[in-house]
Amino acid sequence: MKLTQNDSPLRDNKRIKTFFRKIWNTPALLWGMIMLFLLIGIAILAPVISPYDPSKQDLFAILQPPSVKHWIGTDQLGRDLFARLIYAARTDLTIMVLAEVIPFCTGVLLGMLAGYYGKWVDTIITLFTDTFIAFPFYLIVIIVAFATGAGQQGIYITFILVGWIVFARVIKGLSASFRKQEWIAAAQTLGLPGYKIILRHLLPNVLPQAIIVLMTDMVGLLVAIVTLGYLGIGIAPPTPDWGTMISDGQSFITTAWWLSTIPGCAVVYTGIALSLIGDGLADIWRRK
Amino acid sequence: MTSINPILKIENLTLGTKTNHNLVSNVNLTVEPGESIGLVGESGSGKTLTLRSILGLLPPGIKQLSGNIKNNGNCAMIFQNPLGALDPLCPVVSQLAEVVYYRQKVTHKASRTIALELLESLGLPDSLKQTDRYPSQLSGGQCQRIVIAMALACKPSILLCDEPTTALDVTVQQQIIDIIKSLQRELGFAIVFVTHNLAIASSMCSRLCVMKEGKIIEQGETLELLQNPQNPYTQMLIHSVLPLPDIERSVDLCP
Repeated sequence: MKLTQNDSPLRDNKRIKTFFRKIWNTPALLWGMIMLFLLIGIAILAPVISPYDPSKQDLFAILQPPSVKHWIGTDQLGRDLFARLIYAARTDLTIMVLAEVIPFCTGVLLGMLAGYYGKWVDTIITLFTDTFIAFPFYLIVIIVAFATGAGQQGIYITFILVGWIVFARVIKGLSASFRKQEWIAAAQTLGLPGYKIILRHLLPNVLPQAIIVLMTDMVGLLVAIVTLGYLGIGIAPPTPDWGTMISDGQSFITTAWWLSTIPGCAVVYTGIALSLIGDGLADIWRRK
Repeated sequence: MTSINPILKIENLTLGTKTNHNLVSNVNLTVEPGESIGLVGESGSGKTLTLRSILGLLPPGIKQLSGNIKNNGNCAMIFQNPLGALDPLCPVVSQLAEVVYYRQKVTHKASRTIALELLESLGLPDSLKQTDRYPSQLSGGQCQRIVIAMALACKPSILLCDEPTTALDVTVQQQIIDIIKSLQRELGFAIVFVTHNLAIASSMCSRLCVMKEGKIIEQGETLELLQNPQNPYTQMLIHSVLPLPDIERSVDLCP
């Protein structure tokens, strides 16, 4: 049995090409990516670019202003600020990415479960998210940081505990709206099991939104890392970190303003890069 | 109409929300194996709700208040909007193969082969075999064929059609109707066809049920019902089908 077919011919797949054109046509995304890649490049190549060892002290050259020898000066122990700045980018960016992995996965998964199944699953997950949201974030961070001792593990543990909430809330709403669409009902009547619908069909549909939230959330996380460093309960002193650099330079703010200002600018720069990428991606996916 | 073994029997079905009890009231419907039944009526008359209650696909807030549905067959549904019934981010052949995999319990490789055979029998272009496409890259008619293929993958004994042609072009409508008809001849499933297009319903179905305000107000053999409608609403429905203009004059207009 072969029935007549006189529909229009199929259009071609041109996904990769159009993807690059989309990036090119979205200046926010383009600039955000350029900024971020530059930053990542510098962080990765830190040992190559860096003119000095970041922890090598030179007590004969403390608190020097920017010069040819020390591009953006030295700190109170005579350590080269530029070297410390790019090594700090390494620490902070690594923690930022690693601390976001588990919350992202659990948040998206729980959000999809709550949105897809609704009813009591939704009630329980919403109960957790609302409780955690009513709690000031930094209070939790500081409590956990003190409980686990200064260092990176405090940041990781805090984020595993509370980081998923943002994702769960956004993805829950989105999944609930997809849930009402016909193709989910169709898939159910066709006998696909729930886990398959969630992972194979719901996940790709909510992922764009999740990535946009991820970008904004990473900015928040970076600020949290830096804040903890500034408060002295974050990354332990010998490791370079923007937060500790800002707090170290604080005492010399009237005489050596660059000590605190430049790491601060680095935080702002990273934040702008991530926000631009988030905005650009949101633009692209909205236009589609 | 009394049969020993109906494949689907709906008795005194009443659907309603908490405040309004009259969305569908006291609907009785019997479907014999291989039979095709048309549910016709205006929008909001409860046709789709009746159909969806068979699958348990009622929208939130609407509940089955009384009656029972005896379903002895394997149901599959074709939806009104073919694009809406396909996951926009999943290529169509994979989507179809997935249904085959879960319904026919075969290996992944075999499910793909069966899927491609189904596509070929439904007259979809061969190029789908080489490169899989996303639903947005197909036309409405092609998507509807995929949806039909997915329904067929369940090996249904009853095919529930929820206005499968409403969202399509007229020429494509005809193709889809032809496909469903010839598949029915070949595979012998029963059809419950919901539509507000009396012309399509009368060409598809051997029996018609006219619904209004949640009740079946008249049912009978298609020809009998069309020639000799008893209920004034049925008469109105039949008269509302626009006749084609006089053929002899229009021959000059379109050579």
